[in-house]
Amino acid sequence: MYRYDEFDSQFVNDRVSQFRDQANRRLTGELSEDEFRPLRLMNGLYLQLHAYMLRIAVPYGSLDSAKLNTLAYIAEKWDRGYGHFTTRQNLQFNWIKLEDTADILAKLAEVEMHAIQTSGNCIRNVTTDQWAGAAADEIADPRPIGELVRQWSSLHPEFSYLPRKFKIAVTGSPNDRAAVRVHDIGLRLHLNDRGERGWEVLVGGGLGRTPVIAVTVRDFLPEHELIAYLEAIMRVYNLYGRRDNKYKARIKILVHEIGAEKFRAEVETEYARRPHADTKVEERELQRISAYFAAPQFEKLPRWSATFEEARAKNKDFANWVRTNIAAHRADGYAIVNISLKPEGGIPGDATADQMRVVADLAQRYSFDEIRVSHHQNLVLPHVKRDDLFAIWKVLQASELATSNIGLAGDIIACPGLDYCSLATARSIPIAQSISRKFADLNRQHEIGPLRINISGCINACGHHHVAHIGILGLDKKGEEFYQITLGGSSADSASIGTILGPGFAGEDVPEAIEKIVNTYLARRQPGEEFLAAYRRLGPQPFKEALYAAA
Amino acid sequence: MPLLKNGSIIIDDWITLGLDDPKPDSGDIVVPYARLLKEWESLTDHDGRLGVIFTNIDRVEALTLFLPRLALIVLPFPSFTDGRAYSLARQIRETGYGRELRAAGNVLPDQVQFMLQVGFDSFEIGDRFTAEVWLKASRQMSLAYQRGLYRTPGQHDVWSERHREAEPWLEQPHAG
Ligand code: SF4
Repeated sequence: MYRYDEFDSQFVNDRVSQFRDQANRRLTGELSEDEFRPLRLMNGLYLQLHAYMLRIAVPYGSLDSAKLNTLAYIAEKWDRGYGHFTTRQNLQFNWIKLEDTADILAKLAEVEMHAIQTSGNCIRNVTTDQWAGAAADEIADPRPIGELVRQWSSLHPEFSYLPRKFKIAVTGSPNDRAAVRVHDIGLRLHLNDRGERGWEVLVGGGLGRTPVIAVTVRDFLPEHELIAYLEAIMRVYNLYGRRDNKYKARIKILVHEIGAEKFRAEVETEYARRPHADTKVEERELQRISAYFAAPQFEKLPRWSATFEEARAKNKDFANWVRTNIAAHRADGYAIVNISLKPEGGIPGDATADQMRVVADLAQRYSFDEIRVSHHQNLVLPHVKRDDLFAIWKVLQASELATSNIGLAGDIIACPGLDYCSLATARSIPIAQSISRKFADLNRQHEIGPLRINISGCINACGHHHVAHIGILGLDKKGEEFYQITLGGSSADSASIGTILGPGFAGEDVPEAIEKIVNTYLARRQPGEEFLAAYRRLGPQPFKEALYAAA
Repeated sequence: MPLLKNGSIIIDDWITLGLDDPKPDSGDIVVPYARLLKEWESLTDHDGRLGVIFTNIDRVEALTLFLPRLALIVLPFPSFTDGRAYSLARQIRETGYGRELRAAGNVLPDQVQFMLQVGFDSFEIGDRFTAEVWLKASRQMSLAYQRGLYRTPGQHDVWSERHREAEPWLEQPHAG
């Protein structure tokens, strides 16, 4: 876990005082709402339907117990006792008062946290693989580069008033869990024949109204050139990105309108003529940062844990949980624990202050004090001994945190939708809840196998519905909410955008429609064939028939 | 319009000319970029300093030819959320241009520090805010994470502070 030095602390403290002053000027009327708006947005403060929402940055999704306990404290003192983990690995509080915000930011600064650039037309919180530093398949931990990018992008004077928001994701694994192909910039680590590190640079991916898969502009950018190259991309976007229409302002539209070749040429021209000395990634700085992410001192353990195997044989519920919620760790005798924030009928990504404290405590006792937030709105204990899994499961169970549905039908991603969001055209939380109830039977979920259902409450696609196996988009037709269903999307390595099946459904009919889709899959799948593979083989036709025939 | 420059508020003594305004025989004049292109021959002989008002969609490469003769470049902020001029300013400074670079249009106190950091050194300010508000806002943050920015006294960059034992970082000369 990265630790602030005196300079990082001073930076964040300056920022809190600056915001306190700006908020006071707004409260006294010296600043108009229009003038205050971009200032508060750059500090993560949105005005929603009923109150202010404060979005707190969880850089590359990493937390420790002190941070999570502070979030629990804030939830109780200034909000309604819970918080909401988002698809960008951040945490949102939905019931915040403007007058309290500076105090909350000061409290966050005590545990080296902030809300800088969690909204606004600037470079947003960088995201990465939630299993970084733990995954068995990883080339290297992407978090040092994540931290480097966080620092470089923080209050960057040139890139704080971009045409639109800008999202960067980093992965250090060949199996992309950070969805780098659907980000404004995706960075993907490769090693060359000599074992040197280089980054593949992907640009112009995104969801929203116009879902696009990113194009690769560099296959192998030497690591020390990374920041300089990012600056060239950002400058081309800042100068030539559209500002006349906010729906056409993302970098993906620029890449699309001028063409990938021309875009690449612009970036290379800009890159070639700039002095790079001041943006070179310095080895000493990278080493300084990397030291904080050194792997914990894992014990030498046998691969096989008798305690664990015995518990698994005796307890079927535990065995089920292990099947879905545990992932392979790179150290023998250890495992990655995924904690589902998707209980039956619950609000995806919500956690109460008590639950946060339970997880914080478990992390401290069993996981080298590390916690991760996944972009699927779940939590992760990255470094757990297999010997301890059963004990952890029991504690989680007592706090309604042991649902064994990671990656299954109940593990639904949903944006806040019309319950909170002022841009929403439909509700998404109640739809998630009703689908979750429909598939409440965990045995059935296990029988169905891996299935990603994502829901967005409007075309902005914060719920990532385009890249879901089953995507649900809430729209509004003459004051009535209705839901469009897409099939076959994926944000994994073979990324694809889902296809719209046909006319939409009323909210109450959505769970039934999902059921029909799932039944069609079950009837037609080949042995061992997962939903996505079956859909890719069968195409949309049989699903269309099931949904619309004889209607 | 009053100007904020070098930490104080001063009167602007440049004469701003439109596309068709008659050119005075002498004095410091600033003209739109289109006029600079059209009347370059006569403007270059003008008795007095010459400045240009650039627009957001012009390319800095096109300006290179004129730079040695220019003593003022004005970049517009049509609205304070339009950030193109931040990149233009840096591009202009990267060519080595060292004379006055002015921000005009919708300039607000909370953006001034960023503008200073990318190389602006004068600001057209209305009369809505007091000098004190402007000055306070221009030094809100004492540190910047990026290297190679223009800095005002009391402001540092994290890299140089953090790695004091390393080669001293060459300060960018502050223009104006
Ligand atoms: S997808 Fe739409 S409704 Fe959902 S959070 Fe984003 S903007 Fe709001």
